[in-house]
Amino acid sequence: MGFLNRIVSETQIRLGQRLWLYIIAVVILIFLVAPSFIVVPMSFSGSQYLEFPPANWSIRWYSHYFNSPVWMAATWTSIKVAVLTILVATPIGTMAAYGMLNSSAKLTRLLFVVMISPIMIPLILVAIGVFYFYVKVKMVNSILGLVLAHSLIAMPLVLIIVMSALNNYDMNQEKVARSLGATRLQAFFQITLPQIRFSIVSSALIAFLTSFDEVIIALFISGGPNSTITRSMFLSLRDQIDPTIASISTILIVISSGLLIAAQTFGKRKDSD
Amino acid sequence: MTAIVVNEINIKSLRQQETKERLVMIGLTIPYLLIVILLIIVPIGWLFGTSFVDQDGSFTFKHYVRLVESKAYYRIFITTFEISIFTTLICILIGYPLTYFISQLPRRFANLCMIAVLIPFWTSLLVRTYAWLVLLQRKGLLNNFGIELGLLSEPLPLMHNMTGTLIGMVHIMLPFLILPLYANMRAIDTDYLKAASSMGANQLRAFWTIFFPLSVPGLLAGSLIVFVICLGFYVTPAVLGGGKVIMVSMKIQSNIELFFSWGAASALGVVLLVMTIAILYIASKFVSLDQMSSRG
Repeated sequence: MGFLNRIVSETQIRLGQRLWLYIIAVVILIFLVAPSFIVVPMSFSGSQYLEFPPANWSIRWYSHYFNSPVWMAATWTSIKVAVLTILVATPIGTMAAYGMLNSSAKLTRLLFVVMISPIMIPLILVAIGVFYFYVKVKMVNSILGLVLAHSLIAMPLVLIIVMSALNNYDMNQEKVARSLGATRLQAFFQITLPQIRFSIVSSALIAFLTSFDEVIIALFISGGPNSTITRSMFLSLRDQIDPTIASISTILIVISSGLLIAAQTFGKRKDSD
Repeated sequence: MTAIVVNEINIKSLRQQETKERLVMIGLTIPYLLIVILLIIVPIGWLFGTSFVDQDGSFTFKHYVRLVESKAYYRIFITTFEISIFTTLICILIGYPLTYFISQLPRRFANLCMIAVLIPFWTSLLVRTYAWLVLLQRKGLLNNFGIELGLLSEPLPLMHNMTGTLIGMVHIMLPFLILPLYANMRAIDTDYLKAASSMGANQLRAFWTIFFPLSVPGLLAGSLIVFVICLGFYVTPAVLGGGKVIMVSMKIQSNIELFFSWGAASALGVVLLVMTIAILYIASKFVSLDQMSSRG
């Protein structure tokens, strides 16, 4: 058992003395990761009930999902809303981040708190507030309403990501461009934008995910033909455990890990520039 | 003479340009602010107003009085605090050793472990809640394994109660504790620990007198974030609690969707908002606000 005497910390703690910590850590890491993956094998089960490991394998729950007009409609609504949320939240958030960094410091401190308030206050309050407003202006159950509400909670994330990118960017480069005759707009699009584009792309992906995963607001303000996929999932979760949900969950896991890896690689690219 | 005049004109026009530019910069934030004002400030202001108005439109404190007097509301607040406090405590108990472990690893392995922390963070909330539903059912994975291994004689009631809700909540909140704590622990200079042990402190003493106090700001920030997100949480307790665990957010929802009583819902909402802002204010003393971005 010589390996137990290996020194594992700078204060000469031996592996044997710390074994308990390693065991605890591995157990907690499994606790964190396992639930996200447990639904993947279950989604390929052939049985009506959720069993693990599945007695026989099949893709019946996937074909059930893809052949169900209700689920398909909900999926399209979610995709449409998420893409439109990118188109609304990313430019507006980027504009605001740029404006904030070029304004006087006193005002921006207060503005910043107001701007990130949508993700600081409990979502249930945002949801009933938006619901109240939409009832007044007759926007309940509309795609536009969903897009605006999802943009509301995606914009702060765009703002934070783009502001931190601009903080690491030397704004004097724009001044140089402008002293050489470029307008402010030209300077931004030709000098600044290419250098922060990876952050903007990754903030757009995060805006997509935020909208695609959002449940509570959609629960209040979407319905009928414009129901989102997460809303339908939540409602069927409350009632029964439908294995179709396992197949949808698997698809969602693939989508969100894919987007996240994409966002990470874009973020990294920026660092190495 | 003319040179000075030209100079003054120049200064004037430069200043005008500067003011104009500043206005343009503020102008860039207007679309953003417009959305926030319409969808956050106006509705919250209206919510605040509604909480003081009776059905006939007169001023009243009755919605707040009911919050204090009614047994049902008392229970809901107790449940909300119980879940928030227990979730925070369990997160600290299991999150601290794990984060400590990761922070002691070489960078490469540490990054690998942090991916394991980030995977659940970015997996859809609903998917994770569904996974726990599958794991915790009466005939679910955990109960089946327990019986097969002979650890259990009959299935434990793990779902549609406090236990299930807490397990799900801890799983969802843990990354919120680990992320700020990890940043804090990584920044601790290990030379302090080496100094302590070279002066005769044993490992336990070095940890408790040097490392732990230095990690408290990160721990505090993470715990406050977890606590405040728990207070307003909805999805997980609604699914895993099975209607038996009722938190403030769920009461707000049912007040509106089932009973259409905006007065009662808004009073609850105002209380929830005030608690949240108070805790966030305390938290902002330890950590910058943009580190606390939440997805609840």
